[in-house]
Amino acid sequence: MKRIKFVVLAAALLAAAGTASASELAMPHAFTPDLGNEASVQRGARNFMNYCSGCHSMKHLRYARMGQDLGIPEDQLKANLMFTSEKPGDHIVSAMPATAVTWFGVQPPDLTVETRMRGPDWVYNYLMTFYTDATRQNGTNNLMLPGAAMPNVLGSLQGVQVMEAAHAAEGGAAAAEGHGGPTFKVVQEGALSEPEFEKFVADTVNFMAYAAEPGRAARTSMGGKVLLYLLVLTAFLYLLKREYWKDVH
Amino acid sequence: MATVQNPYKTTGILGWIDDRFPLTKLWKDQWGDYYAPKNFNWWYIFGILSLVVLVNQLLTGIFLTMHYKPDAAKAWDSVEYIMRDVPWGNIIRYLHSTGASAFFIVVYLHMYRGLLYGSYRKPRELIWVFGCLIFLCLMAEAFCGYVLPWGQMSYWGAQVIISLFGAIPVIGGDLVIWIQGDYIPSDATLNRLFSLHVIAVPFVLVGLVVAHLIALHEVGSGSPDGVEIKKLTNPETGYPLDGIPSHPYYTVKDMLGVGVFLIIFLGVVFLAPDGGGYLLEKPNFQEANPLVTPNHITPAWYFGAFYAILRAIPNKLMGVIGMFAAVLVLFTLPWLDRSPVKSIRHKGWMYKTALALFTIAFILLCYFGMQPPTPEGTLISRIGSFIYFGFFLFMPIYSKLDKTTPVPERVTYEAH
Repeated sequence: MKRIKFVVLAAALLAAAGTASASELAMPHAFTPDLGNEASVQRGARNFMNYCSGCHSMKHLRYARMGQDLGIPEDQLKANLMFTSEKPGDHIVSAMPATAVTWFGVQPPDLTVETRMRGPDWVYNYLMTFYTDATRQNGTNNLMLPGAAMPNVLGSLQGVQVMEAAHAAEGGAAAAEGHGGPTFKVVQEGALSEPEFEKFVADTVNFMAYAAEPGRAARTSMGGKVLLYLLVLTAFLYLLKREYWKDVH
Repeated sequence: MATVQNPYKTTGILGWIDDRFPLTKLWKDQWGDYYAPKNFNWWYIFGILSLVVLVNQLLTGIFLTMHYKPDAAKAWDSVEYIMRDVPWGNIIRYLHSTGASAFFIVVYLHMYRGLLYGSYRKPRELIWVFGCLIFLCLMAEAFCGYVLPWGQMSYWGAQVIISLFGAIPVIGGDLVIWIQGDYIPSDATLNRLFSLHVIAVPFVLVGLVVAHLIALHEVGSGSPDGVEIKKLTNPETGYPLDGIPSHPYYTVKDMLGVGVFLIIFLGVVFLAPDGGGYLLEKPNFQEANPLVTPNHITPAWYFGAFYAILRAIPNKLMGVIGMFAAVLVLFTLPWLDRSPVKSIRHKGWMYKTALALFTIAFILLCYFGMQPPTPEGTLISRIGSFIYFGFFLFMPIYSKLDKTTPVPERVTYEAH
């Protein structure tokens, strides 16, 4: 009977796993956010406020909460990170007017929970894969979001990047070996070197991942304690059950 | 004015109450003096776990309702407000959102226990019917609750499910507008789904749970052997020979079960509340937008099987009928099973094969219901749908033909 159950479950799971779709867009860069690195998240906050917050709000996050969670004193917060408000209790709202929709064709979206919607790895790849495309109105396109309305805001840092799709088209062998995606080449140096730029984007996405759920650190730390308590409690519950059930014959 | 003293001869405060209200009687009938078979295995834990999850949903729901705004313009923001500005609001919300999935997991396993051991057979048909009604309420409750955060998947999920009523001939179109209170899902829709979610459905659901338990404690629990323990009683005490009082034996066993369950449940709540995108879907981290349809509108995992059946049938009206029939057919189960024995332990290869196929079909349907439609997925969903309905429709035949083994007088139990 046990064996039948196992076979049934295994068969069903294998069948389900075997047909899992590979429709997800391939991402050239692997990225996992590191929220434990407070310095990185702080730098990310600086990057976001200087390069993103002009157009994008984080309307669910308050400056004060950010300062509190990231260990940024209020005077530094006000001096370096608050451009549109004087009150630390305010939410992070960009100065972009509603008419911006006529500038870009779309209102720059709020980014508070962007990494929970797209995934931090997607956002990282999005920021890394702007490339020159003369057919686009603003001269650039994006691998992750083809036809993106956003101009390449980080272009001055990364430099001018072109996409080399030739690899996939010409070299069939290379494509088969997993180099199917396009590659990119910086043709005009930016203010940052390649490793520096990668770090810049990683910091920014780390901050965005923090902003998507500021309560995350408290939650996981509480979770560890809760589980530890439950493990001890359940061990005693097991002994209690065994003691009582000794009498059942 | 002396009162008639209660038969339990209780005194003090309890005695005062018992003279006026059957408190001790209720306790003894429902738990303290309720004799259950001593050989329950762990399949029997999911009833109490359903109750634990129900209480969790009710309690966390109360606190979420204190902070949530049922308003299409504010709902989304109020959920993020709960996640950020309400102290431990993120935990309260995750307890509720993870609780919804946990509810379906424990209820599906609880129902599966019924399929294994014939818990729906005479004299427990009404327990099973009440249970099916609870399941129906649970589905309604989960659907309404899923819409409340007003994310993209909330909105479009609501749009898809409500539009199903549009498949009904003649009145369909007007019915959809009547349900929505608008031509598209809107503020009016959100408000009425909120009302259903926080009062109407839970009210009925709790009532049904009480009926489910009263019916159970009236006829007594079945056992993994399909043995009726009430048949053999101790002539001196009148208690079943193979029964033990729920208190303290099943009290301590259930506590252990709840402990293990909480480790898993709270592990998910605290450490992986997104559940890899299956408990909280990524598209639902974007506010509802009636002008942008998501690429794939997928149901929550617990509706996957029923959604797969809907899509497997090419005709919309027939698909809707098929989907509802998949739930309604469960009600008839007590009258479909013609086997002389209750438990799978004494049933033959036919039932075992049928149940194995049904299990595989259900898991596959759940999976493909969540995937974007593909030709293979549709084919597998169609085969799965045939197996799903075949399991029930052919049961009167195969359960009668099946070779069974005799049911013993006493339950099988080895003392630990």
